[in-house]
Amino acid sequence: MSLTTDDVRRIARLARLEVSDAETEHTRDQLNGILSFIEQLQAVDTSGVTPMAHAVDVVQRLRPDAVTEADRRAAFQAVAPETEAGLYLVPQVIE
Amino acid sequence: MAQEELLNAGLRGLSDALAEKRVSSVELTRLCLDRIARLNPTLNAFVTTDPEKSLAMARDADARRAAGESGPLLGIPMAHKDIFCTDGWRTTCGSRMLANFVSPYDAHVVTRLKAAGMPMLGKLNMDEFAMGSSNETSHFGPVRNPWDPGRVPGGSSGGSAAAVAARLAPAATGTDTGGSIRQPAALCGLSGLKPTYGVCSRYGMIAFASSLDQAGPMAPSAEDCAWLLTAMAGFDSRDSTSLERPAEDYARDLEKPLAGLRIGLPREFFGPGMDADVRAAVEAALDEFRRQGATTVEVGLPNSGLSVPAYYVIAPAEASSNLSRFDGVRYGHRAAEYADLMDMYCKSRAEGFGAEVKRRILIGTYVLSHGYYDAYYLQAQKIRRLIAADFTEAFRACDVIMGPTSPSVAFPFGAKSADPVQMYLSDIYTIAVNLAGLPGMSIPCGFGAGGMPVGLQLVGDYFSEAKMLNVAHRYQQATDWHRRVPALAA
Repeated sequence: MSLTTDDVRRIARLARLEVSDAETEHTRDQLNGILSFIEQLQAVDTSGVTPMAHAVDVVQRLRPDAVTEADRRAAFQAVAPETEAGLYLVPQVIE
Repeated sequence: MAQEELLNAGLRGLSDALAEKRVSSVELTRLCLDRIARLNPTLNAFVTTDPEKSLAMARDADARRAAGESGPLLGIPMAHKDIFCTDGWRTTCGSRMLANFVSPYDAHVVTRLKAAGMPMLGKLNMDEFAMGSSNETSHFGPVRNPWDPGRVPGGSSGGSAAAVAARLAPAATGTDTGGSIRQPAALCGLSGLKPTYGVCSRYGMIAFASSLDQAGPMAPSAEDCAWLLTAMAGFDSRDSTSLERPAEDYARDLEKPLAGLRIGLPREFFGPGMDADVRAAVEAALDEFRRQGATTVEVGLPNSGLSVPAYYVIAPAEASSNLSRFDGVRYGHRAAEYADLMDMYCKSRAEGFGAEVKRRILIGTYVLSHGYYDAYYLQAQKIRRLIAADFTEAFRACDVIMGPTSPSVAFPFGAKSADPVQMYLSDIYTIAVNLAGLPGMSIPCGFGAGGMPVGLQLVGDYFSEAKMLNVAHRYQQATDWHRRVPALAA
């Protein structure tokens, strides 16, 4: 299984990463190098093995449904690229 | 107290000196800040310092002591890997994406070390988003190895390792997702411990691969690490995988004799992949343990050869998800020009992330995408189970596993940066430990080619940190590799 430059463009779009035309072929070659390295996993018989998602088996804790956080909007928005009246500004998405 | 004496006193020595009023926290902090000013231009270990803030914290520690407070770490300065959020300090994660990010809060580990009274000397350089094994992926330029500035310090906690090895700081925090504490500790001649997954809170530690990331201490000796881990570890409800366990004094068993200790030697870790100089140092260390009454037994980790490929499915998958939060909206870099929202995301991320981070995001996106999830991601998670089961089996026959931390000593800059897969294989002995969630440690055990340090890796069963520290400490009572200081730092 090896990626084409079209695959690279599609994956980059999914990942929200701009990849210039000049970079596409180099990126494809590097990704294919990594994919051929991880390809060896396919040869392993894992039938009947339960996937291990986490290192330690823990159950999610529940907490009382109560407000525990202080309002720190001003501090958090101080590091944002663009805000106005407590809102984060982005380019217009609805006409 | 004489400067050299302080620089090599270890945390116990510094603690005693502070308690006996032979030195103040301000004096100690100033000594470190002076050394940073002098040596950091060569090493590039620190990306941010703020001497006034550091000294204010030191004055506060001195005031706490004057008010009658005591505590083993009170007044001892240290530095943090720049992956830990630090309130009011720039926190970059080695990335252009966060080059101007000043954190509005502290990571839990930072909160705990502040509470213990440790002034902060600054923030330490690292591979971008902790993705790298040589510190060459940092936006702020590579860290240099104090033993030979032409060589890498290892990664991703390379700034932490170089700073402590050159005695710019008595100790530092690191994080380890696939070897990022142990490998730089080995390459710079330090002790470094990655605890069992869940022992230290991940709150405020910028996420790379959440099911693997763990914080831990880096310092010259195992005893230093034991003291630091005691302060760092603890339950935190803000990390959903933080473990609720009784508090531990990780230094409690340091002095126990090693007679009867069973050391497991995985045959897979002693194969042809290891350089001869590393092998010689590791074998000599094993002889020392045998002298102290330990026995060695061969064990098998038959699936460990699959750990690097499995990791390079699981870690990028988790990273692609975690790093989706950097979208140029709430924090971090935003492109100057863009056509629309989608273009703003794509350009901001393309400009903010470096090449290695982008590669891993793309790999992660691909292995999680429709049609490939089962073949790659689920298969890697099943192999992860097999790798963890190998360790469970091995620990039936031994108390601790030993082997090399890294297949070679520190390599020259550029030696592995052209081929990502070659770089990934630097972590061939450390990655399985993260996949299993076990505690792992590296301690200095000699020198190899070019006079570069060699690290011995210890792997323990779950929650056996105190035992591993005991084993490492007894070795360090009989050897002095951990006390060697690079010429540049003398």
